[in-house]
Amino acid sequence: MEPINEIIPIEMAQFLSTVIQFKMDKMRLVQLCASRLPGQYELSYCFAKGLDMWTLRLVVGEDEPVPSITQIYPCAFIQENETAELFGVKIENIQNDYQNRLYRIDRETPFKEKG
Amino acid sequence: MGKLAKSPWLLHYDGSSCNGCDIEVLACLTPVYDIERFGIINTGDPFQADILLITGGINSQSESVVKQIYSQMPNPKVVVAVGICACTGGVFKTCYNIKGGVDTVIPVDVYVPGCAARPQAIIDGVVKALELLERKRADYAAQKKTAEGEGGTDSGTYQ
Amino acid sequence: MAKQSIVPFGPQHPVLPEPVHLDLVLEDEVVVGAVPSIGFVHRGLEKLVETKDYKDYVYIAERVCGICSFGHGMGYCEAIERVMHIEIPPRAKYLRTIWMEMSRVHSHLLWLGLLADALGFESLFMQSWRLREKILDQFDRMTGGRVIFSVNTPGGVLKDVDDEMLRSLLRAVDELERELRPVADSFLREYTVGSRLHGLGVLKPDQAVELGAVGPMLRASGVRYDARMLGYGAYPELEFEPVVLTAGDSYARCELRLRELTQSFALIREAVGKLPAGPIAVPVKGNPDGEYFMRIEQPRGEAVYYVRANGTKFLDRFRLRTPTTSNIPPMVSLLKGCQLADVPLLILTIDPCISCTER
Repeated sequence: MEPINEIIPIEMAQFLSTVIQFKMDKMRLVQLCASRLPGQYELSYCFAKGLDMWTLRLVVGEDEPVPSITQIYPCAFIQENETAELFGVKIENIQNDYQNRLYRIDRETPFKEKG
Repeated sequence: MGKLAKSPWLLHYDGSSCNGCDIEVLACLTPVYDIERFGIINTGDPFQADILLITGGINSQSESVVKQIYSQMPNPKVVVAVGICACTGGVFKTCYNIKGGVDTVIPVDVYVPGCAARPQAIIDGVVKALELLERKRADYAAQKKTAEGEGGTDSGTYQ
Repeated sequence: MAKQSIVPFGPQHPVLPEPVHLDLVLEDEVVVGAVPSIGFVHRGLEKLVETKDYKDYVYIAERVCGICSFGHGMGYCEAIERVMHIEIPPRAKYLRTIWMEMSRVHSHLLWLGLLADALGFESLFMQSWRLREKILDQFDRMTGGRVIFSVNTPGGVLKDVDDEMLRSLLRAVDELERELRPVADSFLREYTVGSRLHGLGVLKPDQAVELGAVGPMLRASGVRYDARMLGYGAYPELEFEPVVLTAGDSYARCELRLRELTQSFALIREAVGKLPAGPIAVPVKGNPDGEYFMRIEQPRGEAVYYVRANGTKFLDRFRLRTPTTSNIPPMVSLLKGCQLADVPLLILTIDPCISCTER
């Protein structure tokens, strides 16, 4: 049987409660990443249990704040800092916030614009 | 050959390489290629090193580290750029965070091409560096000038 | 309470082949906190996908890291193939699997050498790397490269192997297995090695899952997860059962990698025996459109390749979450409470690959 590899679109209102639910189910945070849409960001949070993986898909506006999940999954701090620094996603209340100084690159938010 | 070129100490730093050249540099030190037969010992301490092997291109963070390591090494010293990234920036040249080859930051004496550079090529480059080191030592002795390029141990630049 | 002091560790450090920096907060000799800073090898490779043809990007993906290079090329290609619904020929699947396991052998031997070096056991370091050269010779013979092979392409592989290569590979594997035994004994039975590794950095199963550990870190803590069970490549047709240990300390992580070496030898032998005849690639036409999260078991653990394509030859987004990114949080948590002298060992037991992490 093929393991589950599913993308679940989710609204901001249910986002944190779903992540907490996943945490209670003892899921492992696989990865989180952003990609750019016109005027928006698309955030993908992957969680796995056993071989199955579910991806929460959150679409946010360019200046819309996103709550950090480091209160629930502290291990997300590196990837959240990376997303904030490279894309300019406004992630709020990250534990171990590097203040956009994780990679310390010269160019600001290089992934925000195409090309 | 003088004493220095018979027992040089080698320091290796990874600029922003993909590890490919790094592990080949390490492979040079191990039994099959065995660079130690030239009297070379790998050291981790810039203050005792004569040859600096740099792999990978330079980005904004590694720039200060490379400069500092270079300034901490005593004269005479030779820099070998290992791999195409260290020579010119290689496939990463167009990346937003890459400044270019090592020679954009410090003077480079020997360029070793390849992606990844083969151990044979690295050894060849190091042997060329030995000749240069000997020549530099002779010039240096002739000039008899005082040592220069004290880098200090300020850890602030690591940040 | 003892006075706290901060010791900078790295980026240029004798035990680290790669640059990473840690600020260690110490009370006397005990580490009470560690703040990792990365970014010394950040290049911005993910961005290149917007200016490179998706077929050419394989070569960039392979150069994310020189140690895991084959796996990165394979992971990227598998993700593209899933997006484009391409079924690659069986021979290509088997060849990828053989090369992947050879990569695992070389990576684990490399790690064992670095571990021995961190212990100050120089001769063991040399022995491990001597053995590693045997597998690199086979790589050289089969693909023409020692560390970066460029044999993957969307749709299959670029180079075929002949019987002589396979015979030589099997001979090398036999030789390696025989010569590994005394080396493995030194790691597992030597009193000095054991005294440094036993009970160091214990990671409990719950903790490992919570902190997102992957690969040998996770399996040494008793969690049965290996991305090879997901059924990519030829693994579903081979006898594969992940190695799982329960102790969760550094010794278990060392033993686990040694056992995985033996397992990889068996997988290589089986795959070579079953290698089907036929073409090695299918032609790929058109451009990808869609997205996929692909998981691959790299030597260091599970890596995630995310590809998002828009129907043109340039992808929208390529994201690579490497095993070390996931293993840094458990490492930071293990560092708290350890002795300063054990810091290099603990950093090594996660098998850090910094150029993967920063891309």
